[in-house]
Amino acid sequence: MWRYTLKRLVQGVITVWFIATATFFAMHNVPGDPLLNDKNVTEEIRANLEAKYGLDKPIMQQYRIYIWNMIRGDFGISFTQKNRSVNDIIYSHFPVSAILGILAVVFAGLGGVLWGALTALYRNKLPDVIIMFLVILGISVPNFVVAAISQLTLVNVNNLLGVSLLPIAGWGGIEHMLVPAMVLGLGTMAYLTRLMRSSMLEIVSSDFIRTAKAKGLPPTRIFTSHQLRNAILPVITVLGPSIAAITTGGFVVESVFAIPGLGRYFVQAVQQSDYTVIMGTTVFYGAFLVFMVIVVDLLYGWIDPRVRLE
Amino acid sequence: MAELQLTRADFEPLHTDQEIHSLSRPSLSYWQDAWIRLKANTRALFSLYLVIALLAFTLVGPLFWTVDPAAQDVDQISLPPFADRDARIVSPYEPWNGSSVLPVGEGLRLADTPTSEAVRLVWDPVAGATSYSVYRSRYPTGDDRALGLPLIDLYGSASTTFEDRLDLSPRTYYYSLLAYDGAGNELDFQTLTVEVNRVITAESAVERGLIAAPDDVQIGDVIFMPLHPLGTDYLGRDMLARLMHGARVSLFIGIAAPFLYVLFGVVYGSTAGFIGGQTDQLLMRFADFVVALPFLLFMILFKIAFGIGPGESGIFPMLVALVLLSWPATSRLVRGQILQIRQEGYINASRLLGAANGYLVLRHMIPNTMGVILVTLTFAVPSAIFTEAFLSFIGMGVAPPTPSWGSMCNEGIKTMLTTPHELIFPALFISITVLAFNLLGDGLRDALDARMRSVE
Repeated sequence: MWRYTLKRLVQGVITVWFIATATFFAMHNVPGDPLLNDKNVTEEIRANLEAKYGLDKPIMQQYRIYIWNMIRGDFGISFTQKNRSVNDIIYSHFPVSAILGILAVVFAGLGGVLWGALTALYRNKLPDVIIMFLVILGISVPNFVVAAISQLTLVNVNNLLGVSLLPIAGWGGIEHMLVPAMVLGLGTMAYLTRLMRSSMLEIVSSDFIRTAKAKGLPPTRIFTSHQLRNAILPVITVLGPSIAAITTGGFVVESVFAIPGLGRYFVQAVQQSDYTVIMGTTVFYGAFLVFMVIVVDLLYGWIDPRVRLE
Repeated sequence: MAELQLTRADFEPLHTDQEIHSLSRPSLSYWQDAWIRLKANTRALFSLYLVIALLAFTLVGPLFWTVDPAAQDVDQISLPPFADRDARIVSPYEPWNGSSVLPVGEGLRLADTPTSEAVRLVWDPVAGATSYSVYRSRYPTGDDRALGLPLIDLYGSASTTFEDRLDLSPRTYYYSLLAYDGAGNELDFQTLTVEVNRVITAESAVERGLIAAPDDVQIGDVIFMPLHPLGTDYLGRDMLARLMHGARVSLFIGIAAPFLYVLFGVVYGSTAGFIGGQTDQLLMRFADFVVALPFLLFMILFKIAFGIGPGESGIFPMLVALVLLSWPATSRLVRGQILQIRQEGYINASRLLGAANGYLVLRHMIPNTMGVILVTLTFAVPSAIFTEAFLSFIGMGVAPPTPSWGSMCNEGIKTMLTTPHELIFPALFISITVLAFNLLGDGLRDALDARMRSVE
């Protein structure tokens, strides 16, 4: 177990290094140069700026400085917001994205398991048909459209009731989080529902269910402690990659709902070609995702002892 | 013991009238069998037709609907679908200095027929008022007095007329008039609902190419503005033409990218699987690293890194980035399949008969993984379309003059409340396409691969 954990962690660190390297060289391949946006740059100012940002050094030396800074946890200073460090941006905006993401994952996971179990239970009956139809919709409609439509619905509901039931945009209390988290988790929830349904149906015809029936267990007991418990396992395996999907989906949802998260910041940085912010955020998100997948894999071994971690 | 009597006839060969082992059904190849199973699946078949219809929409459609997707119809901006497109011919605009004789009626009222050229308002002087403000709204003013656009503040009690010529389109407007006294207290509040009709002068009709010469029409005639079956966007561009040309981008990315990266994945995976050993380990470890890259972040990064030159649409960089990042999943899958097939008896038999390695891979291994590959390909299409839409939505997709469904959504979402059709149409097309490919993928999986068959 410990050896496995250590091995995965070492692999994770190498992966993060790979991400950082790919990011660095991709960004250096960008046509034009980062100082081009500044107007009225004389030769002296340009030379000064290049020296300040280390752009005058040979590329391998820049790379060494970059990696060394990253190891020390220093992502540099934003290009568009002078005097604001990338660390500061991540520090103040990542918690917002993380809370939203966690809520979305919880929503997607619980919803997926619940709806999936329901559809399997009422197989080919009305609830199954309705839920599976909604699931197909959830998979096919892009999340920015869902975000827009839900915002529109919220406006209309608020208008109809005459009171502001839930805020339409912004960030603050739990009331701001509910709808964006639901929108963010929707695609994943649809996917998990499908997965849960097929895994439930597969288990119904397995031997241990028949044994449980034969020894006279009540159906509810079979359902909860045999069927549900075993069917959840495949859902947990895909939860790791789902976190990745939800985090990146956050870009759009945060933009639409005007939530001051890191995703929205990233999109802004991309649009303003704020190089250090793009690099820092990419490496940070990459590292976060790599370690989330490792955590989920380890959790899986803990939940299902049959999986030997080697 | 009876003697066995054998005659010569006993040694005659038997005549068989019928074959004992006959095939009762025609022999079917794997693909024929799969096709029959696919045809039995109505959902899959329906989605197959839908895919064909979408391809026809984008490839054949522009031959019939020849409107330029970049052409702007400045008279019909943000036009909803199926809107009236008649315009009355009027004489050229003449300045109006207010009428000396007030038209009959009271309160805020019209001095003239309201047209898209000008709306002329008059009102009775309010006793004690020293200034008036005129507002215009697209929505009913209501109790909360959402007045809309402030048009003018008029000072002096004598001015009781106002001519609105600001960006009028043929629709209903709600005008409000506020009267103030010298201390700024509100004295009166009046509203007026105005139905504006579209008018055009003969000269500008000629200019727009609607009629050949000014003499062809007379004042008061009704002519038709250009047709836009699905309306226009915020720059007055035809939605139908843009959807057709946008489909080209979305479907090209959606089909070409998966095709390329699945191809690359097959080559990579089968090489790794077939050679095996150290090479396999090395190749797969590299694939693991590429898988670990956060997909959308690197899509954006690569898009920036490749850059878009002036006049380029940016489709090619997106294609390259998609291929670079997406191949490992297929290569893993194919490698697994090849490793499995390598152990099969028929491979050994073929090898024994002297088959070369290349022959084994091309003749036996790849055809036997074709089902899995095809299913992967079908499921890769919707995700590629989503990626394109997502990137275009955050402004990282195709460059502006080129339409794509994603960028159309991005533009449409800004005016979602006033002109929802600009968002609804592209969103609907994305959803239908993704839905069709998803259902087709489900059907193909059921038809092609018994082991992967979904539980229904």
